[in-house]
Amino acid sequence: MRDTLNRTFKHWSLLPAVLVFLLLTIYPIANLVRMSVSTIEFSGGVARWSFTPLSNLQLLIGDTVLGAAAVNTTVFVTVAVTAEMALGLGLALLVARLARGKGLARTVMVLPILVPAVAIGSMWKLIYNYDFGVFNQALTAIGMMPVNWLGSTKVALIAVIIVDIWHWVPFVFLILFAAVEGVSPDVIEAARIDGATNRQITWRIIVPLLKPALAVALIFRSILAFKTFDEVFLLTSGGPGTATELVSLHLYKVFFEQNQLGYGALLSLAIIAAVIAFLLVSRKALPQRGMA
Amino acid sequence: MGPGVCRDDKPVGHRVSAELNAMPLAGRDRAIGYALLALAVLCVVGPFAWILMSSFKHQIAILTGAWSFTPTLSNYTEVLFGRRSDFAGNVANSAIVAASSTVLVLVIGTLAAYSLYRFKWARWVTAGFLGWTLVFHMIPALTLVGPWYLAFRELGWYDTLAGLVLTHVTLNLPMTVWLMMAFFREIPPEIDEAAIVDGCGPLEAFWYVALPLAVPGLIAAGVLAFIFSWNEFAIALNLTARDTATVPVAIARFAQQYEVQHSQMAAAAVISTIPAVLLMALGQRYIVRGLTLGSVK
Repeated sequence: MRDTLNRTFKHWSLLPAVLVFLLLTIYPIANLVRMSVSTIEFSGGVARWSFTPLSNLQLLIGDTVLGAAAVNTTVFVTVAVTAEMALGLGLALLVARLARGKGLARTVMVLPILVPAVAIGSMWKLIYNYDFGVFNQALTAIGMMPVNWLGSTKVALIAVIIVDIWHWVPFVFLILFAAVEGVSPDVIEAARIDGATNRQITWRIIVPLLKPALAVALIFRSILAFKTFDEVFLLTSGGPGTATELVSLHLYKVFFEQNQLGYGALLSLAIIAAVIAFLLVSRKALPQRGMA
Repeated sequence: MGPGVCRDDKPVGHRVSAELNAMPLAGRDRAIGYALLALAVLCVVGPFAWILMSSFKHQIAILTGAWSFTPTLSNYTEVLFGRRSDFAGNVANSAIVAASSTVLVLVIGTLAAYSLYRFKWARWVTAGFLGWTLVFHMIPALTLVGPWYLAFRELGWYDTLAGLVLTHVTLNLPMTVWLMMAFFREIPPEIDEAAIVDGCGPLEAFWYVALPLAVPGLIAAGVLAFIFSWNEFAIALNLTARDTATVPVAIARFAQQYEVQHSQMAAAAVISTIPAVLLMALGQRYIVRGLTLGSVK
């Protein structure tokens, strides 16, 4: 028994993980293909499939909300990730040059990453509240009109972007700060001996050395921002109207509110294809060993 | 081959950085620097403080926006022990799902990571496996919830904790494999080889030599897997019903009711952050290392 386990260890050690991926990711994606050409209805708790290859395509073409969701998602990802990269980098470079406060910064910055996104949504629901939220209390205190942060079509998208920035600047900070601390002291010493100023050392030496970490942070944040669901579900559920409707929220609604499993599958396949295309394009920017 | 050889090693991200002390901020710049750091810390801590304060207010004190109020524990007792609240059950569900999915993903992920690191697999196996972990990690989980829902209904796993555990294992498997591979790589290969020379089989070399040395990795991966499972919302929302709902699903219910129960939502949200805060206090260095590993190497 023991000998057999030893001899076959190479193979059975990888087997469970392969099985998990086959059964819970590959098979469901294959199933998405079948679903995307079907209409699925439930009668008496049993799923009934009918082969209707064109009807889901028609739903896709006629889906006006999807267009709004795509635009919102693009704005959301672009603005949020740009702000997160800039603020995260600035903070990492700053904290590295302070004698104290490194440990404090690290401890505090990990918190938003680790608490449930739903709890973060709850926090900001209280903060943004029209009647008693802290922002509107501050505005009225200085004699300005309160803002309907989550209920106005003009402000709501900005409001959820602010939450995302708050949530994820710390993540960018942690990655870049670790990279800044990894910069060899010799390099900086050499530059100083050559007469470089602090500003030159920062922008011509340290920041270029951070490129791999910057690439990882940028790619990861872009994709995670694209997947954002929890906080926005809690804050606005996509409203008012379609002002904060994101692709992820729309997919959820198609699947589980409109019960269009076939069309939802088609949408899912499109999203998966888009993610893979993005990964292939950005692969060159990833450092050699990547996340492995 | 004593266990825990690596335990006292300082994690990589924590090396004392002498390098930028070569260019410390001074004078007015230093004052501005500390002011900015204080502002950043305040921005992060502020919302936490606000919800913590709200959770000790009566609903009426929240609605009037009062700054001075008599703190009350009633929101917590109402949420945890109230007759109309299932929240204690939700906490139990979350704890069961997070604990079991963490144990499972550690076993499956560690074995896979060791197998890929230690044995000579054909290139397409390694590249295919690791490539797929990256792709799957990037795909929104919501795209797979539809097929999971259909399959689980057929198998009778819909609205069961076991079904949810399986999805969370899948979700956390890529991260676990990457982390454990990174930790195994730091073990000098000579140690493994010496064990084989001494007559250990591959399984024994893994169990008695590699695994004890990878304990910091197990802690980092385990803590992160537990927290990510505890926090997970999109899947739990759609694959559970009343009896199996987890904490995030319950909090969303408080927030989604026609008349938002702000005080109870606040108390429930504060309770939901306890595991993260606790684990943070106990294993911060492992967590930070886990979160930043791979990006720096």
